[in-house]
Amino acid sequence: MTNFMNNFGVILYATLIYTTPLLYAALGSCFSEVSGVVNIGIEGMMTAGAFTGTVVAYFTGNPWIGFLCGGLAGAFFGMLHAIATVNLGADQTIAGTAINMLGPGIVIMIAKVLFNSTDTIPLEASMKIPRLFRGVFDTSTVFGRFMDNVFANYASTYLVFIAVAIVWFVFYKTRFGLRLRACGEHPQACETLGINVIRMRFLCVCISGFLAGLGGACVTMAISTQFRPISIVGQGFIAIAAVIFGKFRPQGALLGCLLFGFCSGLKVVLGGSSGINMQLISMIPYVVTVIVLVLFVGKSRVPSANGKPYIKAK
Amino acid sequence: MTKKKSFLDIVSENRFIHILLSILLGFLVGAVFLSVMGLSVGAAYGRLITSVTTRKGFSYVIVYSVPYIVAGLSVAFSFKTGVFNIGAEGQFVVGSMAAACVGILAGNLPKPILIPLCFIAAMAAGAIWGIIVGFLKTRWGINEVLSMIMFNWIAFYLSNFIAGIPAIHSDGTAEATKNISPNASMLFSKDFIKSAGLCPTANWGILVAIAMTVLVWFVIEKTTLGYELKAVGSNKFAAEYGGINVNRSILTALAISGALAGLAGALQLMGMGNRISVFSSQEGFGFAGIVVALIGCSNPFGVLIAGIFYGALMFGGSKLNLVGAPTQLINVIVGTVVFFIAISVIFENLKNLKPRANRNTEAAANKKTAEQKEGSKS
Repeated sequence: MTNFMNNFGVILYATLIYTTPLLYAALGSCFSEVSGVVNIGIEGMMTAGAFTGTVVAYFTGNPWIGFLCGGLAGAFFGMLHAIATVNLGADQTIAGTAINMLGPGIVIMIAKVLFNSTDTIPLEASMKIPRLFRGVFDTSTVFGRFMDNVFANYASTYLVFIAVAIVWFVFYKTRFGLRLRACGEHPQACETLGINVIRMRFLCVCISGFLAGLGGACVTMAISTQFRPISIVGQGFIAIAAVIFGKFRPQGALLGCLLFGFCSGLKVVLGGSSGINMQLISMIPYVVTVIVLVLFVGKSRVPSANGKPYIKAK
Repeated sequence: MTKKKSFLDIVSENRFIHILLSILLGFLVGAVFLSVMGLSVGAAYGRLITSVTTRKGFSYVIVYSVPYIVAGLSVAFSFKTGVFNIGAEGQFVVGSMAAACVGILAGNLPKPILIPLCFIAAMAAGAIWGIIVGFLKTRWGINEVLSMIMFNWIAFYLSNFIAGIPAIHSDGTAEATKNISPNASMLFSKDFIKSAGLCPTANWGILVAIAMTVLVWFVIEKTTLGYELKAVGSNKFAAEYGGINVNRSILTALAISGALAGLAGALQLMGMGNRISVFSSQEGFGFAGIVVALIGCSNPFGVLIAGIFYGALMFGGSKLNLVGAPTQLINVIVGTVVFFIAISVIFENLKNLKPRANRNTEAAANKKTAEQKEGSKS
């Protein structure tokens, strides 16, 4: 029983820690896609955030400034994407592909200049995002240990769950959210009602980059302690997948990210003990996603105007 | 009324010139980065050029470019048929692994049988990977971008898993498969390579790539199949109304695109790789295919040239550290090129740069011709 509780606690902990970066990026993806702009460049924006976050934290010694700057770096690439797709009407997939090459290319080049290596110098514990509930629970009891395991998470994890609630509120309970969703469904109708579609989408794509940047920063400032070229390998795409999985709703994306996070957590726990092949275990999240989609979710309704450049009528 | 086109008009309307301008801007941005880092632009770009223009260097470029060309064809084919094959990466990986399995397990077969067999295995594997995604889309309406991303990762781990199976895994300590049988290798003979002064991995894969380029062009432009696929790509509903089975077309397009990506995997293995390592991250040939298809305007012959260009950048880029410049510079250059291709609409607006008076008279002339056309219609 004790053993089970311990393992269960560790799985929950690992689920949360792996869910966090995906969830930030997925929320970002929601903003962009729901406003009608396909943002496949999430991956590149995460990489930019991952690098900037850890570097700024390293030089300032303050994790929160680093975290914020990670977001801003993501927002910068979000802005590039917005200029291309929203203002200039570029093909959104192509522009996103470009961002995915530019983001890692630029930051790894800067890393070379700053550190003479593609990896950054590992952060000290004080420069990492803090763990909020360290030592709050009494670890002598089974339940206390369980709670300690689960809540050993970094502050960024709790923040992201608050962010999900905020994004949900913004999307469905505010005028801004209604307009945002309308821009992704029928931009022409929005324009006739006096909503500035271009400005709206521009803003949303920048927010999307900001959140993706925060997600990237979580990877290098919480899960790991440094940026390496393999820090962000596919998390951005998985976040996009989680959003499609969640039918372009923040609460749905939360479920998608938890599914991926849980499978990754399972991998950590199973990997050490069982005799099952690691490669096959690693495959689980992806296979499970496809199965869940086929069995329970089915068709994901894409916002009608998603992917179509909006050209303002003259 | 024929009006002599001004230089700016030509620049604004020609897609090929847009691509060239994008490439130029890519190198310009690269130069800015180099200068900011305090490195010599001349030394870096000089190195880039000298490393690809020697006989040996150029043979490397050709060898490098083969998988990029064929992966590019795969993506270009999918673009033409209205599907965005972001799954080329996974199809490449399973194709490569299928070819490796055949090349290792059936290594005793003679060359003329084994090599085509490896190709067929790779193409079949890639096609199956594509068809699964297509089936998920047509049968259950699962978003293809999502399932392709999933199947890229499934392919990745599947390949790593197969590489660990004792019959396939290397006999030595290497975290890789065994080497494929010499009978499955496409390398030129050692004597020929030596006498011709080529790179050690020189092989005849480029001939396959050229053959595929012509074949893809032929299928898209000259066959009923290609016509139907293109029709579905440009307007699904019109195509359906015209009596084309849209679902079957999507499946066919994904199968062909997947087969091409799988073949690219086989060519990479049998020409250069010789074995498959246990990967720690995706190798990105499929994603490179997307870039090559974009630079090549999704035109098969454009893809052929773009693939060689990309191969040159990749090979030349790997030599950049010799002059102290980071190899990642190449990614920045290519990323910028793709970015400008995406916003190439700005080049189309170049003609608006002309003096205002000039533009006004032109607008009047255009209006006049339009009116004349209207008139002749009615």
